[in-house]
Amino acid sequence: MSRPAPSPSAATLPVSLAANPTLSSWLEFSAEGQVTVRPGKVEIGQGIVTALAQIAADELDVDIARIRMVRASTAASPNEGVTSGSLSIQQSGRALRYVCAEVRQIFLEVAADRLGVEKTSLSVEDGTISGPGNVRTSYWELAGAVALERDATPGIVPKLATERRLAGDSVGRIDIPDKVFARPRFIQDSSLPAALHGRVLRPEHSRARLIELNEDGARAVPGLVAIVRDGSFAGVVSETENGAEAALNALRKGATWSEDEILPDENDLAAFLKSQPLESVVIDTRAASTRGEGKRTIRRQYTRPYIAHASIAPSCAMAQWSGDKVHVWTHSQGVYLLRADLALLLKLPAENITVEHLEGAGCYGHNAADDVALDAVLLAKVAGGRPVRVQWSRADEMSQTPFGAAMAIEIAADLDAGGEVLHWHHQLWSNGHAARPGRAAQPALLAGFELANPFPWMISTNPPQANGGGADRNAVPLYDFPSWQIESHRLLTMPVRTSALRTLGAQGNVFAIESFLDEIAAERGEDPVAFRLRLLNDDRARDVIRAAAERAKWKPAQRPGIGHGIGFARYKNMGAYCAAVAEVEGDRDIRVRKLTLAVDVGEAINPDGVINQIEGGAIQATSWVLKERVRFDRQRITSTTWSDYPILRFSEVPEVEVELIRRPELDPVGAGEAAHGPVTAAIANAVFDCLGVRIRDLPMTRERLIAAMELTP
Amino acid sequence: MPHVRFRLNGVEMDVDADTDRSLLDILRGQLGMIGPHFGCGAGECGACNVIVGDRAMSSCDMPLWSVADKDITTPEGLGSANAPHPLQRAFIAEQALQCGYCVSGILMSAAALLKRNPTPSSDEVKEALDRNLCRCGSHNRMVRAVLRAAAEMAAP
Repeated sequence: MSRPAPSPSAATLPVSLAANPTLSSWLEFSAEGQVTVRPGKVEIGQGIVTALAQIAADELDVDIARIRMVRASTAASPNEGVTSGSLSIQQSGRALRYVCAEVRQIFLEVAADRLGVEKTSLSVEDGTISGPGNVRTSYWELAGAVALERDATPGIVPKLATERRLAGDSVGRIDIPDKVFARPRFIQDSSLPAALHGRVLRPEHSRARLIELNEDGARAVPGLVAIVRDGSFAGVVSETENGAEAALNALRKGATWSEDEILPDENDLAAFLKSQPLESVVIDTRAASTRGEGKRTIRRQYTRPYIAHASIAPSCAMAQWSGDKVHVWTHSQGVYLLRADLALLLKLPAENITVEHLEGAGCYGHNAADDVALDAVLLAKVAGGRPVRVQWSRADEMSQTPFGAAMAIEIAADLDAGGEVLHWHHQLWSNGHAARPGRAAQPALLAGFELANPFPWMISTNPPQANGGGADRNAVPLYDFPSWQIESHRLLTMPVRTSALRTLGAQGNVFAIESFLDEIAAERGEDPVAFRLRLLNDDRARDVIRAAAERAKWKPAQRPGIGHGIGFARYKNMGAYCAAVAEVEGDRDIRVRKLTLAVDVGEAINPDGVINQIEGGAIQATSWVLKERVRFDRQRITSTTWSDYPILRFSEVPEVEVELIRRPELDPVGAGEAAHGPVTAAIANAVFDCLGVRIRDLPMTRERLIAAMELTP
Repeated sequence: MPHVRFRLNGVEMDVDADTDRSLLDILRGQLGMIGPHFGCGAGECGACNVIVGDRAMSSCDMPLWSVADKDITTPEGLGSANAPHPLQRAFIAEQALQCGYCVSGILMSAAALLKRNPTPSSDEVKEALDRNLCRCGSHNRMVRAVLRAAAEMAAP
C-alpha cells in the first residue's frame, strides 16, 4: 500500500515524545502476550486511560485486552507534565501513536530477518506476525530479542485513519467495572500495611496564623502517635482514623488563631477586582484597514464569582519515609510537578522522592490533591517509617482548595448606523488562573505557606496565549470584526486563593462575548444563529452551530415561559468546537429543560467517551450558572458544606443531547472543557428570550433574576 | 465495650465498638469495607449510602447503636463481577459514570428504589436519587441505567 510522504510536521516528534524519546519508557512486551503501556497522563475521571489503550492497541494490531495500562509514577513513567487543559489525547495519545507505529516497524524488521522474508510482506494480527508460506512469529516470541532502549525516530508515519480499527469505537472504559463492583481503585480506598492516620488542623479564618496551641486535649486521645507543629502548620498522627479525627477535634479546641479581615465584599466582586494593583497586558489587537464611522458605543459588564471544585471526595494522600527517601501516593494531576515542589520544600534531591498516582474522585483542575500530599509527607516524618494516610475534611475541601477565579469582563462595541460592529474592546479583571506546583522557583503547596519559615504566598499567574492563556482564555473573539483590542488585567493581590479550574477564564469570557453578541443581534432584529454564521468564516465553527441549531429545531415557536438561546466557542480558539442550544423555563426561578450540543473534536478516539465528557461538562456548567458561588464574609470562607454550596441535583438536571461531528482524518483534541462556555452563554441567552432580561452576573439565582428585572425598563 | 449485632450483606455480625461511632466509620475502619464512600460526614451527599432494611440511608451520620438487629446492605453485597446485580450490569452498559466516586451510594439508592417500586418512571428515579450528589454530570446516564435495570428485572 502506498503511503503519503511524511508531512514536514511529522518529521519532528510529538511534544511528549520529544521530551521522553526512549521507546522502552512507553512500552514493554512480555513473552506471556501482554503489552505494558506507561502513559505520563493520569485518569482523573475522564476516561483517558481507555482512549490511550485504544490508540496503542490499534497502532500495534493487538487486542485491547492485551494492553495493561500502568499508573504514572516518577519511578518509571515518561514525564508528561500535568494532566490538564484537555491535552491528554493530543499529547499522550499522539506520542503513543508514534511510539507504537515505530515499535511495530521494529518488530517487523526483526521478524523479517528471522523468517527470511521481505518486511513489506508481513502482517500483524493480534500480535501474531505472519507472512508468505505460512511463516509466523509474534511480538511475544520476539519480546526478548527486540531492544526498545532506543530513541524514537522523527518521521515515522502512523496508520491512516481508514486503517484504524479501534479508534473511533466506543470501547467500554477499563476502570468502570471496578467502580461498580466496589473494588478498590480510589486512593481513598487504598491501604498500606501498618498505615497510620493523619489529620491537619486548618484555620476557619482565611490565612490565619496559629498563635497558641494547647496540645493537652489531643494528647489524651487514645491511639495518638504524635502531634506535629511547625509555625501555623499543625497536625496529628494516630493509630486509627477515628482516633485521628478525635485528636484533631481536641487540637482545634486548643488553638488560638489570628483574626484578620482580608477578604473582599462578596456582593461587589467587580469593584474589588477593579480596585486592586494590576498587571495589564494587551492580549491581541486587530486594526481595521479602513475604519467605518462609529455611530454609537455600547458597553456591558459581566461577572462570574469564585467557583469551587467541590469534588465529591475530600482529597487524600499517603506518604512513607525510609531514611531520607520518601514515597508519596497521590491523586495529583502531575506526579513530576508535585515531586519538584516537594524537593524544594524538603530540600532533597528529586531522586529521593517517588511520587506515584492513584485515582481520586473527579478532578476539575488544580484541587487539593497536591496540598494533601505535602500534608502526608510532613506528618509521615514522625511516623517512624510507617506510612501515613491523610484525608481532608469536607469543610477544608470546600474552603482551603484553590478556587476558580472570579472575573469581571467589560466589552465595548462601536457600532455603525446599521448596528454592525466596527470595533470590539474586551477587558477583563481577574486573579491569575494558575498557581500549579512544579512550575516556579518556589513551591505552590498550602502547608509551605504555613511553616515557621514559610514560602511566600504564591500569587496566581496566567499561562501564555500560545498555551491557550489563563484569565484571557477565549477572550479573543473568533468573529470577523474589523478591529479589536483585548486586554487582561491580572490582580497582584490574592486574598482568595485561586488556581486552575476547568476552562480557566474561558467560561467567563465566552459568557460575556456570546451574551453581548446576542444583545447586538437582538437590537438589530437579526436571528442570533444567522448573525453568528454571518460573522464566522471557519467552516468547522459554522458546522457545529448549524448542527446544534438543526437538532434543536431552531428556532422553536415561542411559548409562554419558555425561551431558547445559543452559545458557541472553540475551546482555547485552537481546541474542540462546540455549540449549545439551551431551552429554559423561567418564572421566579430559572430551570434549564434541555441542552442540545454539537461538538467537533477532530478524530474522536472513543465517541461515547467524548459524548460523556460533553454531557458532563454541560451539566456541570448548568450547575455553575444556576447555583454556584463561593460564599465568604470578611474573615472566612463560609460555604463549607453542601448546604452552603449547593450544586445541581438529579431533579434539576436538564435533558442533554449531543451530536458528534465525525472528522476521523483530523488530529484529535480533548473534549473535557469544550461545553462550559457555550452552555453558560446559551442559558443566559435563553433567559433573555424567555423573560426579556439580561442577567450579566453569575450565578442566575432568584435574587439575581429579581435584581435584573428591576433594572429592566 | 458494648456489642452491637446486625446482619451485613446477609452475614451475622457482632461488632465490639463505641456505639456512638458512625456506621460508616465501623464499616470502613473496623470491617475493612470500601464500598461505602466518605464524602461529607454530614449526610448531605449520599456517597456513603447503604441499605438499612429496605431504605437507602447515609451511614456517615448513623450511629452504630441505631442499626442493632437491622439488615444492612453495602455495595459489596449488591453483586459481583461473577454474579452482577442488574443495576451493575446496566451502569456498565450505559457507561453511567465519569469518576465513579458517587456511584456506590447511587447504586444503593437505586437498588432500594427498585425493591419498593420495580417499574419506576424517569421522574421517580430522579426523585429517588435526588439526595445523591454527582459532580461530574453523569446524572442522565445514571437515570437511563436504572431504567434499563428495571426493564431487565421486569422481563420474564
